[in-house]
Amino acid sequence: MKYMDEFRDRRLVTTLARQIHGEAGRPVRIMEVCGTHTMAIFRHGIRAMLPEEIELVSGPGCPVCVTPSGVIDGFLDLARRPEIIITTFGDMLRVPGSGTGPGNSLAGARSEGADVRIVYSPMDALTLARQEPDREVVFIAVGFETTTPTIAATILAADELQVENFSVFPAVKTMGPPLKALMRDPEVRVDGLLCPGHVSIIAGADSFRFLAREYGLACAVAGFEPTDILLAITVLLRQIDSGTPTVDNCYGRAVTMEGNRKARQITEKVFTPVDSEWRGMGLIPKSGLGLRDQYKQFDITSRLNLTIPPSREPGGCRCGDILRSICSPPDCPLFGRACTPASPIGPCMVSSEGTCAAWHKYNNPEALT
Amino acid sequence: MTGYITLDHGAGGLASQKLIGSLFLKHLKNPILGRMEDGAVFDPGEGRTAFTTDSYVVDPIFFPGGTIGELAVNGTINDLAMCGAEPRALSLALIIEEGFGIAELERIIKAIADSADHAGVPVLTGDTKVVPRGKADKIFINTSGIGMVGDGIRMGADRIRAGDVLLLSGTLADHGITIMTSRAGLTVDGNLQSDTRPLHFLSRKILTEAPESIHAMRDPTRGGLGTVLAELATTTNLCMEVEEENIPMRGEVRAACELMGLDPLYLANEGKCVVIAAPEQAASVLGAMQATEAGRQAAIIGKVTEKYPGRVILHTVSGGKRLVEPLSGEPLPRIC
Repeated sequence: MKYMDEFRDRRLVTTLARQIHGEAGRPVRIMEVCGTHTMAIFRHGIRAMLPEEIELVSGPGCPVCVTPSGVIDGFLDLARRPEIIITTFGDMLRVPGSGTGPGNSLAGARSEGADVRIVYSPMDALTLARQEPDREVVFIAVGFETTTPTIAATILAADELQVENFSVFPAVKTMGPPLKALMRDPEVRVDGLLCPGHVSIIAGADSFRFLAREYGLACAVAGFEPTDILLAITVLLRQIDSGTPTVDNCYGRAVTMEGNRKARQITEKVFTPVDSEWRGMGLIPKSGLGLRDQYKQFDITSRLNLTIPPSREPGGCRCGDILRSICSPPDCPLFGRACTPASPIGPCMVSSEGTCAAWHKYNNPEALT
Repeated sequence: MTGYITLDHGAGGLASQKLIGSLFLKHLKNPILGRMEDGAVFDPGEGRTAFTTDSYVVDPIFFPGGTIGELAVNGTINDLAMCGAEPRALSLALIIEEGFGIAELERIIKAIADSADHAGVPVLTGDTKVVPRGKADKIFINTSGIGMVGDGIRMGADRIRAGDVLLLSGTLADHGITIMTSRAGLTVDGNLQSDTRPLHFLSRKILTEAPESIHAMRDPTRGGLGTVLAELATTTNLCMEVEEENIPMRGEVRAACELMGLDPLYLANEGKCVVIAAPEQAASVLGAMQATEAGRQAAIIGKVTEKYPGRVILHTVSGGKRLVEPLSGEPLPRIC
């Protein structure tokens, strides 16, 4: 299939892997901050192709994983109100809140009678609101730069169509502030960054330049096929070895330096930066997006004057440290024992793109050595 | 026929009789069912008896490539075929929601009749219940099946040995992705279609040609190929090594899986089987599979080894390798 097979080509992959083996010298830590990268790395077995010196670690790039448990509790509180239909992307469904018991996730609340529906686009939620004028349809707005423009466009459409029974629960975030926070964190040691391909399509490769300039971090924007990822690693190694950190765009078929200005304008029209809490990282200034005053009527939290309960992390869970890359899933005492994909405790195990879920599913290191 | 199913249709009275006569017997005609006794009395033939049951609650009930009706017939036949049995008879029980369209019901019954005819396995006994609106989702179907296993046939996970070959009868994930995209209202270029079909012609063919060499068969329905192989690895404490490159898949299925972030290894198949066969006979088993309609695209996808006991290893297209764990939870499409 075009745009897929050629980027999975075994000969090309082998050549790139060989090149990386040739160039690897001292130990290097490369972080990927996108859940889709995490999954792609595991799915294609990329770790097994790399020399020991290169360590791949995951950052806070899975939107499901970084949503704090207090916000999930807020979703659950809404879901239990009979007049409300919750609409959500599928991977939010199983994420546990801070409570216990079977009703402690949207899937659990649904089993207990809540009206929770999976949608594939926020526009589907707006369509549903128009079909069900007597119910309040709330869309759980979770995601990063990639997802936000479609949410913003939906709010603009709802405004234009004067749909009064549609609203969102805003929990969207941006990638820049947490990366800055990570770079300032003395516990975090990263030499190179595999910049998120999807986010870059919107934000532009240039949006990561501050990391190279201010923090000396080698940066490469990467796509999601094996050759994309291996090429980006090669480029990162060269930047690191030569001591010339910059931003290289290795995903030219989708990403430009400037990004998608129109999509950003739509986002900026509807949303404005707000302080936001990240699971495992705490409150990060201006790292989230809230609705601007003229669209506040579409914000269910302000419409109902909801307060978000404080987050409580489950005891023993090290998702926070894993999201900051200071430990790997097997370092967590719960991993693979109390916490498995079938009965997840921490968010990194719940999301299919979470680091723990990916480790558990694809890379049980004891099994592969 | 037009109109709607009412509670009267399930009450056992005149309305029930009329529905049975004008719809069920019209399409599912065979002398034993036609006798309308409380049960079917028939001679299943020689051998040991295989007996299975399955319920069908798929949503949507009509999808590209089939309906809940074909699934209900083929699914149960395939369970028998995977035991090495010749399917002989099916039962059919329907639970219908009040208000369900009679035209839709007829479409399903016709699909059941056509599939049973095509498979050569009659529906010999049946039952219909109607529940008040909201107590069921449109229609639920249960079928049970009886089949006979010939004397020389011995299959089971306990017969699997290191060195055995893994064969897949055709393209992966067609049914699962068709249902997921139908639910999502997505249209994908190309032709996504359920692969629902009976597998007993294929199993009969390979069991006739190489009865001793077929060590086990499984149909990767819910949970997909990944889950079936993981179960086999656990049961046998052997390693299932699969070459991703050799797994047959249609282009549009791959594209739709990529689009929705779904792993085809975990999507359902309704007309495919994995055959675990002795290596000496691998080529002739493959040839026999390919000689049947259900196995035209069959391929050798891997082998059984002792490398990582109890594990499934996938050698990826691009030369990497990874572990394949059983599916946990339902497959969910991703955010971005």
